[in-house]
Amino acid sequence: MELFHPRQDIPFMRHALWFNAVSLLTFVAAVLFLALRGLNLSIEFTGGTLVEVRASEAVALEAVRDVLAQAGLREAQVQNFGSARDLLIRLPHLGDGESAQAGERVKALLSQVPGANFEVRRVEFVGPQVGKELATNGLMALAFVVFGIVAYLAMRFEWRFAVSAIIANLHDVVIILGAFAAFQWEFSLSVLAAVLAVLGYSVNETVVIFDRVREVFKQRRGKMDTPAVLDHAITATMSRTIITHASTLAMVVTILLFGGETLHYFALALTIGIVFGIYSSIFVSAALVMWFGVTREDLVKPAKKKEEAVV
Amino acid sequence: MNRYPLWKNLLIAFVLLLGAIYAAPNLFGEIPAVQITPARPGAPFDARSLAARLEPKLTAAGLTPQGFLFEAGALRVRFADTETQIRAKDLIEAELNPDPEKPEAIVALNLLPGTPEWLARLGAKPMYLGLDLRGGVHFLLEVDMDGALTKRLDAIAADLRSLMRAEKIRHQGIVRNGRLIEARFADEAAAEAARRVIAKNVPDLALDVTAQGETVKLVARLTPAAEKTLREFALKQNITTLHNRINELGVAEPVIQQQGTDRIVVQLPGVQDVAKAKDILGRTATLEVRLVDDTPGALEEAIAGRVPPGTELLYERNGRPILVKKDVVLTGERLTDAQPGFDGQTGEPAVHLTLDSAGARIFRDVTRDNVGKRMAILLIERGQAEVITAPVIRTEITGGRVQISGAMTVEEARDIALLLRAGSLAAPMRIVEERTVGPSLGKENIERGVHATLWGFAIIAVFMIVYYQLIGLYSVVALAANLMLLVALLSLLQATLTLPGIAAMALTLGMAIDANVLINERIREELRLGVSPQMAIAAGYERAFATILDSNVTTLIAGVALLVFGSGPVRGFAVVHCLGILTSMFSAILVSRMLVNFTYGGKKRVAHVSIG
Repeated sequence: MELFHPRQDIPFMRHALWFNAVSLLTFVAAVLFLALRGLNLSIEFTGGTLVEVRASEAVALEAVRDVLAQAGLREAQVQNFGSARDLLIRLPHLGDGESAQAGERVKALLSQVPGANFEVRRVEFVGPQVGKELATNGLMALAFVVFGIVAYLAMRFEWRFAVSAIIANLHDVVIILGAFAAFQWEFSLSVLAAVLAVLGYSVNETVVIFDRVREVFKQRRGKMDTPAVLDHAITATMSRTIITHASTLAMVVTILLFGGETLHYFALALTIGIVFGIYSSIFVSAALVMWFGVTREDLVKPAKKKEEAVV
Repeated sequence: MNRYPLWKNLLIAFVLLLGAIYAAPNLFGEIPAVQITPARPGAPFDARSLAARLEPKLTAAGLTPQGFLFEAGALRVRFADTETQIRAKDLIEAELNPDPEKPEAIVALNLLPGTPEWLARLGAKPMYLGLDLRGGVHFLLEVDMDGALTKRLDAIAADLRSLMRAEKIRHQGIVRNGRLIEARFADEAAAEAARRVIAKNVPDLALDVTAQGETVKLVARLTPAAEKTLREFALKQNITTLHNRINELGVAEPVIQQQGTDRIVVQLPGVQDVAKAKDILGRTATLEVRLVDDTPGALEEAIAGRVPPGTELLYERNGRPILVKKDVVLTGERLTDAQPGFDGQTGEPAVHLTLDSAGARIFRDVTRDNVGKRMAILLIERGQAEVITAPVIRTEITGGRVQISGAMTVEEARDIALLLRAGSLAAPMRIVEERTVGPSLGKENIERGVHATLWGFAIIAVFMIVYYQLIGLYSVVALAANLMLLVALLSLLQATLTLPGIAAMALTLGMAIDANVLINERIREELRLGVSPQMAIAAGYERAFATILDSNVTTLIAGVALLVFGSGPVRGFAVVHCLGILTSMFSAILVSRMLVNFTYGGKKRVAHVSIG
């Protein structure tokens, strides 16, 4: 069985300008959402308390909110997830001493809600200092990944490839973040992990195409110009691209379906990341390589040097 | 062509066999058990006689134990099901601790891996599940180092005042000001004399003399080295204290670890009563040194119920009664360290105590006046005093370095040192992070994770076999080998598996298939170009290798970043992700190639490769 086997190279690069315009638009939209709406940061970053409870009967959120508000917890956010019996209650940071007790307070208050018994399934409390550190560490990790990948690709290929790859993949990251800002999905530590995993994963995709580009440059000895080589490389790896991503996506979607509340946004970030990862490797990084004016000589030169060294 | 040398096949087979052995314990589930440990670490505990004592009682109540496990300082009793386990726990608790205020033993529910004996003997254990999978409480405590420093500086300021009095140097006030101690003197000479005396007696201080109008000011601050030691000591002491207290909670496998320079992670699997846990973690205990009343006949009188005035009848850890005076010589605040060691002359095990300067002076005076008498060291917790040790004073002890020795084993010396250090928290702590996961949620999380992984795997497997036929099947076998090796590696390393870790497992499988897709596509491409099947297979594996390596290295860079900078759930994800990338390189390339070689390798004519 063969699903994708185009007989001729698909002229992707001829339309590069259009594709780049599309990515630029999505990118700008993502940046706008990030700037205007901002990320809905989880308590892991902001500090605060989260209580997950399951009620014996479906309860009205209003009733729970009222009870909490009467006790002075006006800023408590109460929402359902999964079913009408599962509730998430979020409290902002209440000031020293008090916050560490917030979980117990909520537990005690819930017993006043009429019509249902509550089972506390999960309590998370994070102090504000810890939150700040987590945010800093997250940014450090991002910087580390960007630098590490650029350095590795510059070593294995050429700096223009490295820069193209990282721009393409940061573009993915910004789009994921933009989606989280646009829909105000909760941005937690595990989403951050997903974002960084996507960064590694979609660079992966770019590397596969670049590898092929290098190979074609070496084999065809200048009979093809750069856009033609890029088209050929993308077309040749097309089948692999689709199958691999379909497999990974199948895994991620099963996590999205079966993983439950804790992994929901994690899987969502991965799904967006994988979909845009394909797009950006083909239409952004390859096109950037073309705009940067990479030629056969840039890639084949190192091999010649080696030969001279042997002689 | 396309044949691996024998050693390579054997090596791959050997690795897979090891993987199978170490992954196997995860299939056996867990057996409910009750764990019994002594209430105070180091107290005499004979597991075998305890087992002999409990067995008939349990059997009589219809709670027949499935087996006893003896370990140093712990007895574990296995039961058929959780219901028997819980009832047995109550029975054992009632039997061993008739007075809940004075527990003899800690009785806790535990789950023991059901790993068969022969596997356990090879060191094979199931994966270590994180709190989000087994349920329990996680605390991150921050030690208030400023508090510890201030407390210490206050004590030093008091020391300096009494030192000036002892040395008859007149001063115009010694006060702590932030992190400095300021002393004022009427003239240069007095300040200089004070500087010399302090430098000699309190080497932890850096001193500075400045003239200021009418008076001369002496500013003292802790040297950086002393400050560092103080911080380290405060953290160490808090950790030991927490250990002791958590023992009381009856947690089967608590985790208490230092994190960074001023934080402590406490994980209590299975604990649901968070309020009680917090209460116990925050409680304070005190240490006291008092003299023993060894007047002949007094002890017998006291046991008979006529306690002489000014004394108190207490018990040593081995249960022996002892009559102790009520006057407190020293409290734990004067103790700066306690370490196990050996007597310099006799070589016997000993405990070395270090006192601060005020404590040293009091101790010198008391020992000088009471040579030949006994001195008791008491730990007071929840209003209950217990005599840890009561050594005889042999000579006057000066310099604040005290050695307790005689008739103790190395282990006892270590326990006494620990108990003395654990006497009180060196510095206040506060909770900066808390996670509680209910047991039902933990179980659900495991189910969810396993379902996600298995369904994802099934989808990929079906697709690969339909699309690539026989070679696809080999890719799936390689992927299964990858999963097995990853589980084996996680079990072997006893890395904590969390829900994000399971997600990483699923994701890594999804990514790992990429290597096989790359290889298979390459083989197809070569075949399309008209290359012979044997050559196509060889070229496919060879050419794909560089790409697989490059893409795995970039993924690994991201994984390592997460491992280095991540904490909590992120780290759980990263560990599995990184290990998964490594195992996938092995299985995707070597295992699948071995299978392909067995099928096609070495044959003269291969007309067709079953690759769809």
